[in-house]
Amino acid sequence: MASVTTSSPIAAPLPAPVKQPAIVRIEPPRGWLDLRLGDLWEYRELLYFFVWRDVKIRYKQTVVGVLWVVLQPLLTMGVFTIFFGRLARLPSEGLPYPVFYFAALVPWAYFATSLGTCTTILVSNQHVITKVYFPRLVLPFAAVSTGLIDMAIGLVVMTIITLAYGFRPGLSLLLIPLFVLLAQMTALAVGLWTSALNALYRDMAAIVPFVIQFLMLASPVAYSSSLVPPKWRALYHLNPMANVIDGFRWAFTGHGSPPGPMLFVSAGSVAVILVGGLIFFQRVEGTVVDRV
Amino acid sequence: MSDIVIRAEGLSKRYRRGVIGPPETLRDLLSRVARSPLAAMRKPSQEFFWALSDVGLEVRHGEVLGLIGRNGAGKTTLLKILSRITRPTTGWAEIHGRVRSLLEVGTGFHGELSGRENTYLSGSILGMSKREIDRKFDEIVAFAEVDKFIDTPVKHYSSGMYVRLAFAVAAHLEPEILLVDEVLAVGDINFQKKCMGKMEDVARLGRTIILVSHNMAAVNALCPRCIILNQGSVEFDGPTNEGTARYYVEALSVGSGSDLSDRRREGNAKARFTSISIQPLDKSGQPLDVAYPGCDLSINVEVECKSDFSPANLAIIISDSNGYRVIDANTAQKGQFITMRSGQAAKANFRLREVLLKPGKYLVGLWLGREAMEILDYVEHATNLDVMEGEETKQHVIIFPGVYLCRFNNDITIQDHPKDSYN
Repeated sequence: MASVTTSSPIAAPLPAPVKQPAIVRIEPPRGWLDLRLGDLWEYRELLYFFVWRDVKIRYKQTVVGVLWVVLQPLLTMGVFTIFFGRLARLPSEGLPYPVFYFAALVPWAYFATSLGTCTTILVSNQHVITKVYFPRLVLPFAAVSTGLIDMAIGLVVMTIITLAYGFRPGLSLLLIPLFVLLAQMTALAVGLWTSALNALYRDMAAIVPFVIQFLMLASPVAYSSSLVPPKWRALYHLNPMANVIDGFRWAFTGHGSPPGPMLFVSAGSVAVILVGGLIFFQRVEGTVVDRV
Repeated sequence: MSDIVIRAEGLSKRYRRGVIGPPETLRDLLSRVARSPLAAMRKPSQEFFWALSDVGLEVRHGEVLGLIGRNGAGKTTLLKILSRITRPTTGWAEIHGRVRSLLEVGTGFHGELSGRENTYLSGSILGMSKREIDRKFDEIVAFAEVDKFIDTPVKHYSSGMYVRLAFAVAAHLEPEILLVDEVLAVGDINFQKKCMGKMEDVARLGRTIILVSHNMAAVNALCPRCIILNQGSVEFDGPTNEGTARYYVEALSVGSGSDLSDRRREGNAKARFTSISIQPLDKSGQPLDVAYPGCDLSINVEVECKSDFSPANLAIIISDSNGYRVIDANTAQKGQFITMRSGQAAKANFRLREVLLKPGKYLVGLWLGREAMEILDYVEHATNLDVMEGEETKQHVIIFPGVYLCRFNNDITIQDHPKDSYN
């Protein structure tokens, strides 16, 4: 093949056909277990760029927008302390109300925002997915990762509050990443279902806020999980966020419910929802573009 | 070098169409199930239409293939399937090599981010690695000529700057296989030339390209082979000059009927061309049976006004079989503008004098609008014009390229031993 020496030195001339070219076979979707997770690894840089994009855009907006990350849980904590704590006198596992509530609100804010973002992630990126190929799975993964930055800020504030109330951090803090991961996997597991459904049925996005409300009441955000009678505990802990919140409270203060057998219930629940979500999402992925 | 890099067989894509489609909301789904569970279980009888129907092709390494056809013929759908953006309903394709697709300008761009940030974001979305973008960043900025503004948010860019940067990013993709859809049609003339140049570079460097375009000049210049798609099927697959001539004149054959009501048109429909008729005349105004080079053309056009419009100009456009516009008889040239009110109808007669077109097939189009501001009605192919051999061309056996039959005088003298030829 003649090599070109004129004009732009921009692109190097192609060598002769590559020995082992990637062979991609394109055909109608088939089978339920075609998960293609390897594709996701190949596109990990793109995942990074999507997260980077969303973080950049959020933080380019007003200063208040940045402060809101901290203000919102603080304000909610204040309202809960007054109404659920002082007035209704719900038990708080021996912890001061602000500590009790803030420890729950940090992971909960992360979960609620991530699930909301994840639900609409395919539709709000429709102009991109209809023009370029990349494994659509990248988008839900990105959606549940941007919130981690806010969560990190929340954890810093939480540490300050904990220290202010006289608690000394112990080794239990090392378990925080485990609970963060559990929260992220829960958001992803549910998010895979809701984002795929939202692409197919556009009113899903209107239903999700109610789902989140319901889950908040079903999670020990405003109350302690010790309120749940023992025989209902396993059922209650099918909600993985119950373990996340208990875990956060325990990890920061050493008080409350340490992780125990219920953790396995939650982990099992997440695993089932996650695998189901992956299967459903990948099944729908090929034709989402036609519906979006 | 004759490896086949794209092989497709039986590719078909079906879309649903019709009043009762699948439920689009959960509410809809639930109410259907509630109303009649059995009916909801059965797939509702739906109207389908096949955007692609049994398309097969083979593309070799290094080939530059043009894909042409009317709007709605299935070109973009085919490209989307080969790009893996959507899956075929039936059929399969095999691709050997890395594919990148350029289906629009500015994929992934976000207004709040700066030019630099968008370059990285868009580059990554289009398939470049971060290292690749780092390496090419300066070239991209230079190609786009936005050096001073590279750190300004893109929402502040002029549309020209936006397009230049977006295309610059895309132009620096180095895939083995490139699928391009109409993106050459953006920007001003200079920029389009630059884009064409880049496409030529890419083609010359041996990459496999499939180019979808309505710009016949580009397709002719870049693609030795072309495929014509018509209503989802392959109608032609062969040398481009044959293909474009066929597409332009025959595939879109509109005959010489004068009624324009079923023609494809653009514009905001404030006016509507209703008929056209062409009568060739000789120098003295006598009607001719056919048009010859150098004859006059008397063109009668009728227009109806649907909604008031103020100064608009009317143009008769004659294009050759490659789509090049060779004549644009425009009232604006004479400073004549038309104002019409809703309900009025106009009859116009144009007398084109000494039309020195070489024998061949031409297409006549009609345009009514207000310069760059609005198009009232534009019928790209109103009717055909066949220019036949005349006295002046009858002596020649071969028709040389070019459209304008320039009349010339010439005088040739022959010398022996021309010494001291530089005075």
